[in-house]
Amino acid sequence: MATRNVAMREAIRRALREEMQRDEAVFVMGEEVAHWQGTHRVTRGFLEEFGERRVRDTPISEMAIGGLAVGAAMAGLRPVAEFMTINFAFLALDAIANHAAKVRYFFDGMFKVPLVYRAASGWGNQATASHSHAPEPIFAHFPGIYVGCPANALDAYGMLKAAIRDDNPVLFTESIALYPKPSPMPDDLGEDYLLPIGKGDIKREGGDVTLVAYARGVDWALQAARLLARDGVEAEVVDLRWLRPLDMALVYQSFKKTNRCVIVEESLPMYSFGSEIAALLQEHMFDYMDAPIKRVAAEDVPLPYSKEIELLALPNAQKVAAAVKEIV
Amino acid sequence: MAEPTKDMLLEWYRQMVLIREFEETCHQLYEEKRITGVYLHLYSGHEASGVGSMAALRKSDHVITAYRDHGIALILGMDANAVMAEMMGKETGSSGGKGGSMHLASRQHNFWGGYAIVGGHLPLAAGIALEARYRGKDDVTMTYVGDGATNNGYFHEALNMSAIWDLPVIWIIENNGYGMGTEVARASGQTELHRKAEAYGIRSFGRVDAQNALEVYAVACQAVDYARRHGPAVIEHITYRYRGHGVSDKQYDARADMSAELKEWRASREPITILRDSIESRHGAEAVAEILARHEADARRIVAESVAFAEASALPNSYQALMRNTYVASDLVHKTAQSVGAGIE
Ligand SMILES: Cc1ncc(C[n+]2csc(CCOP(=O)(O)OP(=O)(O)O)c2C)c(N)n1
Ligand SMILES: [Mg+2]
Repeated sequence: MATRNVAMREAIRRALREEMQRDEAVFVMGEEVAHWQGTHRVTRGFLEEFGERRVRDTPISEMAIGGLAVGAAMAGLRPVAEFMTINFAFLALDAIANHAAKVRYFFDGMFKVPLVYRAASGWGNQATASHSHAPEPIFAHFPGIYVGCPANALDAYGMLKAAIRDDNPVLFTESIALYPKPSPMPDDLGEDYLLPIGKGDIKREGGDVTLVAYARGVDWALQAARLLARDGVEAEVVDLRWLRPLDMALVYQSFKKTNRCVIVEESLPMYSFGSEIAALLQEHMFDYMDAPIKRVAAEDVPLPYSKEIELLALPNAQKVAAAVKEIV
Repeated sequence: MAEPTKDMLLEWYRQMVLIREFEETCHQLYEEKRITGVYLHLYSGHEASGVGSMAALRKSDHVITAYRDHGIALILGMDANAVMAEMMGKETGSSGGKGGSMHLASRQHNFWGGYAIVGGHLPLAAGIALEARYRGKDDVTMTYVGDGATNNGYFHEALNMSAIWDLPVIWIIENNGYGMGTEVARASGQTELHRKAEAYGIRSFGRVDAQNALEVYAVACQAVDYARRHGPAVIEHITYRYRGHGVSDKQYDARADMSAELKEWRASREPITILRDSIESRHGAEAVAEILARHEADARRIVAESVAFAEASALPNSYQALMRNTYVASDLVHKTAQSVGAGIE
């Protein structure tokens, strides 16, 4: 089967397009998704192909985007609602946390909410404090919604297709930094290449330390693993892919082998992905632990505009490698 | 009241050519990667909207806006050097390089800042106006908001509260026809945007041709006077973006209808030309030629100097600079590594 390098944005576009072709209940809405062709070009050409009924530009009304998707999904459509960036999903946090995630529960299973929120996430390029969030853990805090965060094109493709077909609400975040990044993808995957929701993936095998990451953190972990290999340290990279459900079995399996762990994330350090994984590891893997668990995250500060201090605040492969060196 | 003196008109001309020179220079610098980042929203084309309306204010009044804030900063008299240094993220920038293009502000000028979340600054405006009302001062808060932002919940909640609490805000809706790529009529059920404010009981001063600084000024004077004495007022400024939404906007290359529209606005509704024509017809072209030319030359000089100043300034690069001002340093806070780090001076 022919394999080609594909940018993550193209893989997402392809998944979304195929699902729209497959099921006419699927429609997209969001700011600038139609005429502008998508802020991140994910919905490029969609208006032309599917028309205004199924490709809907919205006003700058995040609260309504978040809530309208819930109603449409309850009534039987399958909305894929885009937040231009995840920063603006904060305005819809109530609709997401209180309605998308809870209507099924508080009516004891009477309704289902088969929607997907897509949101471009992450920081860098001097986007400045209010436009520089990678807050996936905040959304993953709430039971009732799943949160998927792909690290490459093929994963994004299979994860999004599953998210759209599943009957639960899903927040699907797309790292802005990964959109243009090419990674290998077979041309012919059939119609039904679906990656199970909540299943993680070993992105690199190694016996000395486990690096746990998601989305852009996987990139840093893989780069760090290459740096470490030069010094004879073999890192295993576990990409969780989903913050909810969380594939801890995969982490435990790796940790039993390496007995050491560094957690890598793009977001802030307090009450974070790293906190959660570290807590679960010490609770369940205490007997296998040979060193303190380390976390590499952004500095605990809002992100500044100026580029050198911005970079100072961000995690990178060197910081990951340095954290590993402290425990091997 | 609303008949501007010759000096005022000349001052407006000075402000408008300075803004245009500054904005076009920013555009150029971005193309040359001397200004970096992803967001840069220019005020070119909007000049008369800000200049005419802020001329109705006095020094103790307040101003707040969104991310399209360079022009507002310059009108208020912020130092072009500090503004340009902020564009480049330099230590000498008005926000120490932390804010960039979208976050200019100046305490000294009662400029409460530019804000990047659409609509997010509107309740802040109401809060600033509340302080004046609360303390019995008659200062007003002039608040600029885009057409697209009128569809956001923030707009409706903030305007409604300004109405029930009689807050002295002048809500200026800068209707430039688009929020990013979305025409007003595709985003708003009510296309006369000032009527949305009217629905909350806010006094509307209607729509104004905001390419004409004199018309803007005349209406702003009435609205400011009303707000000082009674409560919130709204004005809808009809204007246009000469440099698109921001530096990422490629629509004008792709869409012939939009580029034709832009050309038309530049040709027949150029705010600087319109002001110049008014000055010349009132005060004689020859009589003002020299001073207008001087303002143009000054604008070029001031902006060129600001670029040199900004480029000669240092980028902040220390951990202290990164962490500083996350919090107020305070004796009331238990000292932990974290609280000390974030308050570092
Ligand atoms: C809550 C929120 N949603 C979306 C955006 C992205 N965005 C930035 S500016 C903008 C358009 C705003 O248009 P308008 O209010 O008309 O102001 P203009 O840019 O025309 O001055 C959008 C959608 C944002 N910054 N904040
Ligand atoms: Mg607009």
